[in-house]
Amino acid sequence: MLEVTGLSADYGSFRALFEVSLGVEAGETVAVIGPNGAGKTTLMRVISGLLPPHSGTLAFEGRSLAGLEAHRIVEAGIAHVPENRRLFPRLTVEENLRMGAYMSSARARFVERRGWVYALFPRLEERRNQLAGTLSGGEQQMCAIARALMSEPRLLLLDEPSAGLAPLVVQQVFDLVRRIREEGFTVLIVEQNVRQVLELVDRAYLLEAGRIALGGTADELKRSDTVRRSYLGL
Amino acid sequence: MDIFLLEAVLNGVMFGGLLALLALGLNLIFGVIDVVWICYAELVMCGMYTIYWLHAVYGVPFPLAAVAAILLVALLGVLLHRIIIEPILGSAPINQLLATGGLLFFLQSFATLLFTTDFRNVGIHLPSLELGDINLGYARILAFAVALVGAAALYLFLARTYLGTAIRAISQDREIMGLMGVDQRRIYLITSAIGGGLAGLAACLLVLQYDVHPFVGLSFGPITFMICVLGGLGNMIGGVIAAFIMAQIIAIGGYELSVEYSEVLAFLVFIVLIMVRPQGILGK
Repeated sequence: MLEVTGLSADYGSFRALFEVSLGVEAGETVAVIGPNGAGKTTLMRVISGLLPPHSGTLAFEGRSLAGLEAHRIVEAGIAHVPENRRLFPRLTVEENLRMGAYMSSARARFVERRGWVYALFPRLEERRNQLAGTLSGGEQQMCAIARALMSEPRLLLLDEPSAGLAPLVVQQVFDLVRRIREEGFTVLIVEQNVRQVLELVDRAYLLEAGRIALGGTADELKRSDTVRRSYLGL
Repeated sequence: MDIFLLEAVLNGVMFGGLLALLALGLNLIFGVIDVVWICYAELVMCGMYTIYWLHAVYGVPFPLAAVAAILLVALLGVLLHRIIIEPILGSAPINQLLATGGLLFFLQSFATLLFTTDFRNVGIHLPSLELGDINLGYARILAFAVALVGAAALYLFLARTYLGTAIRAISQDREIMGLMGVDQRRIYLITSAIGGGLAGLAACLLVLQYDVHPFVGLSFGPITFMICVLGGLGNMIGGVIAAFIMAQIIAIGGYELSVEYSEVLAFLVFIVLIMVRPQGILGK
């Protein structure tokens, strides 16, 4: 479904990704794990068009994403929940959802999608008229995911959904991701919370210093010495 | 209460509506695009000339001339963004200020060249409403009513539509607008058209009260900026509140002192208020 080949990208004047190749099949949940500064967020930003790549190719459902601006990539069916959630703090929860459904194809089905999203996250319906900036961290993450789902994406990119949340809330967020996965979405998730994310995904890639160091099924990564030593502390 | 003071206050309210309309357009542009159109009042001047020529010279009915002026100034707003602002969007604010300031002088000089410095009147004299001893010009009442309707329409647009929501959202997080499927460039062009259209609407109302000449912008441009800054640049509600405060100072000051001193007083109050609250009434 998503095919990334030989992708290099710069973060300012600094090369952040070196010839990264990875793939996500329809229906899969795939994680990219790795330490801080490995280039995980840069990878997500290149896929969703926020950052133009230096070289390499990106294809989604067989179609090249080269040169497409971010708003075209959403239209192609990829929604990106950015790092730190990035809600519009002075818009209400419902207005944030409205922004997620900005594209004309999603607008036409706004009421239906909103009903579906509220059924998935009843807490958001309770808080629909509250300003997003006043939500708790976990609720903000819910709202950010809900906003991305409003565009009816076929691929959902989640960038560190558990970052900055209390341990109990982290658990809730992972439960949430599990539910989204059960709804049949294809998910590419970036996480530092390696132990928990490996329980959740089908496959994972280990990104280190801008290069794919390892790739395989979640079980293979859990058994690998590198991951056990450096990321699981075993 | 002194009946003439009451008249001054009422006139101040009317004038406040008009100033609020001017401030709304400028605040909208600043809030969304993060650029100050220093030449805003000169766009209004272009609108006033349009109406003058269409109506007074070519005999086009006023409502038609008014619509034409609004559309033309909206187009000017788009061109201003496309030609002058877009290439310098990322540069320092001072450069953007100088560029739109340059356009201000260009428009003033161009108008002088085309139309000379003559004061021209559109030739419509609306009567006054007499309430006992109080005289209220219909031109002012109309200006107030239309400004109010314009502000309400803008509010509904911003509150209720997808485009309006995007316009409110964009200043909260520019970068991720693309992730929402929003084309930022298109939002900027539409906002510029609306800002221009509001300047055009203000022109329709001002031309009924004032003569048009190449430097007419100077008589309400500076005060509009003052109001925007006082309300908190980019804050629409703050701008409306500041507009009514300033209009009252000018109206009451004009009655108690003189028209000339009233503006001095307004600027004095501005300086004091901005020293007390540099971020503006509702600024952050």
